[in-house]
Amino acid sequence: MRTKRERLTALAMVLPTLILIGIFVYFFIGKAVFFSVSDWGENPQQPALSTTVVRSGVGLKNYENLMTDIIHANFRNSLTNTFFFTVFFVAGCTLLGLFLAILLDQKVVAENFFRTVFLFPMALSFVVTGTIWRWLLQPGGGINQLPTMVGLPPIQFNWVSSQETWLQFQWHDVPMYLTFTGIAVLALLATRSALKHNWRSARFASALAGIILLIFLAGLWNNVWLPLDSPEVEPMIAPKGFNAALLGIIIAAVWQMSGYVMAIFTAGIRGIPEDLREAARVDGCTEVGVYRHIVLPQLNPFIVSAVIVLGHISLKIFDLVFAMSGPDNARTVVPGILVYTRGFRQNAFASASAIAAIMLFLVAVTIVPYLWSQLRNRT
Amino acid sequence: MPFTTEQFRHYSIRTAIYVALIIGTLLFLMPVYVVIVTSLKDPATINLATTWQLPIEPYWQSYREVIDAFGSRIWNSVTLVVSATLLSSMLGSINGYVFSKWRIPGERILFPLILFGMFIPYQAILVPLFEFLRDIHLYGGIPGLVVIHVVYGLPLTTLIFRNFYSDIPDEMLEAAAIDGAGFFEIYREIVFPLSVSGFVVVIIWQFTQIWNEFLFAVTMTSGENTPITVGLAQLAGGEAVKWNLPMAGAVVAALPPLLVYIIMGRYFIRGLLAGSIKG
Repeated sequence: MRTKRERLTALAMVLPTLILIGIFVYFFIGKAVFFSVSDWGENPQQPALSTTVVRSGVGLKNYENLMTDIIHANFRNSLTNTFFFTVFFVAGCTLLGLFLAILLDQKVVAENFFRTVFLFPMALSFVVTGTIWRWLLQPGGGINQLPTMVGLPPIQFNWVSSQETWLQFQWHDVPMYLTFTGIAVLALLATRSALKHNWRSARFASALAGIILLIFLAGLWNNVWLPLDSPEVEPMIAPKGFNAALLGIIIAAVWQMSGYVMAIFTAGIRGIPEDLREAARVDGCTEVGVYRHIVLPQLNPFIVSAVIVLGHISLKIFDLVFAMSGPDNARTVVPGILVYTRGFRQNAFASASAIAAIMLFLVAVTIVPYLWSQLRNRT
Repeated sequence: MPFTTEQFRHYSIRTAIYVALIIGTLLFLMPVYVVIVTSLKDPATINLATTWQLPIEPYWQSYREVIDAFGSRIWNSVTLVVSATLLSSMLGSINGYVFSKWRIPGERILFPLILFGMFIPYQAILVPLFEFLRDIHLYGGIPGLVVIHVVYGLPLTTLIFRNFYSDIPDEMLEAAAIDGAGFFEIYREIVFPLSVSGFVVVIIWQFTQIWNEFLFAVTMTSGENTPITVGLAQLAGGEAVKWNLPMAGAVVAALPPLLVYIIMGRYFIRGLLAGSIKG
């Protein structure tokens, strides 16, 4: 069967795909990184949309500006927003999805009907979801009017337009928080490895923690961290924090995506042999115990899957925010929106590309180890 | 007859489960109620305090206005979805066949490299893509969008078909090969006829994704050449919105993928899970 000619035919048939992906994914990523270290659209002498535009290299200037320049304060806001959005969106979807999957695992009547209901928002566009929820979350109507149906006063909360900011912090403290979190995680890993007498991993983790600490201290010594968005420079926008206006978007996103998590967990629960659960029951396990000791541990890989897929969706989120609070709202801005406004409204292609490269980095850090482990386990 | 404690426990747990399911159902369907009710109200009668009330009498005019406002965009979306879905599933099928049944050099690296393409934030390639489409004169219209959706659909369609074809026993193919069948004969005689449900999964998934997509649509097309999601965003954008129109627009834009989901739910879920779980 496998003559040389046949193999060449096979290769020739996937060649178009390889070339297309090569250009549209990898070549374009390379180009975007190249643009991100240029001055395309940032140099008033060179009209950005001209086909004969001259782009000069500026090194890491665009990245530095994103982190420190006052006109890029929105970028720092967008990173902060993405952080809080990701935490609450992923936690909300995972918990609700797990709850729904366990409910539907109770041999209920009309199981398929309930499953269809919980999953249907997945078939909708984020633009549709955003439009509907924008109306539902209007300050004087929708959800806020619900309590009046049973005679209670209406809710007075601005789900998408609140001016409140919770959990406030200063942007220039972020390197410190990151350092401490990194060291804490690595210390935990090192201790775990040491307890298992895996000294090589323990030493590696400790060394990494030491390097992180050194970088942080060196930055502190050279006053690198303090100029980051310092309140003296930007009294208007510092401090950062969890903008309450994100809550409405988080609610809509959880409504849309928790059915997806439920579907993943249902697939996982179906893969657990009934004998295993029966054996636990025979050993005197209660129904709750069966879930705690048998089902949840078996679901672990599925929970990892769900968290990573949701996490990377939330890092890329664009359409939902666009539809719910528009592209120009500083309280709900996310990096995906900024690439659009900087690049396609203001034609500041260099800084748009730098933001895009940072997004790609964050997504790659999340997804590459996952992809790698998934494909390695398969073979 | 009084309940025993055991029975009482059992029935209260069952009741609690159903109460939770019904509350969940109401919460999930609440937006559907509001969107339909609002879309059928006379705009003069829409106000925030009466969001939850039924319309006095159904006002269908909004749907007529929305269809007019969408205009060519509905047709744009249909053209886009049909051509991009067909092309990307056909290419995906061939790729899946090669990656599951033929050894090609470097496939252990090539396949993950293709797959990575479905996870990247498309913002990362947006600026170079814009420049490229402009240079080949495909910027601004539906043909360019078709190219985009075909290319970025390839990783997922390839993955689904590869996993699907892995279940076809190699012996079947070997037997055909001994009878003298080559690359294309094996595909035409054995693999393709067994692909029907694979195609259903892929076509449904691509159809839904492309119909619903917004980022490429809003950046790579303009004016009358945009698909329906951009039309909806324009309808709903701005400050002083008459809410009957965006709501009717949301219903119209949601209807095709929703019908597909309700009729073919089983296949939809398979497409959904393909993106996250190894097959």
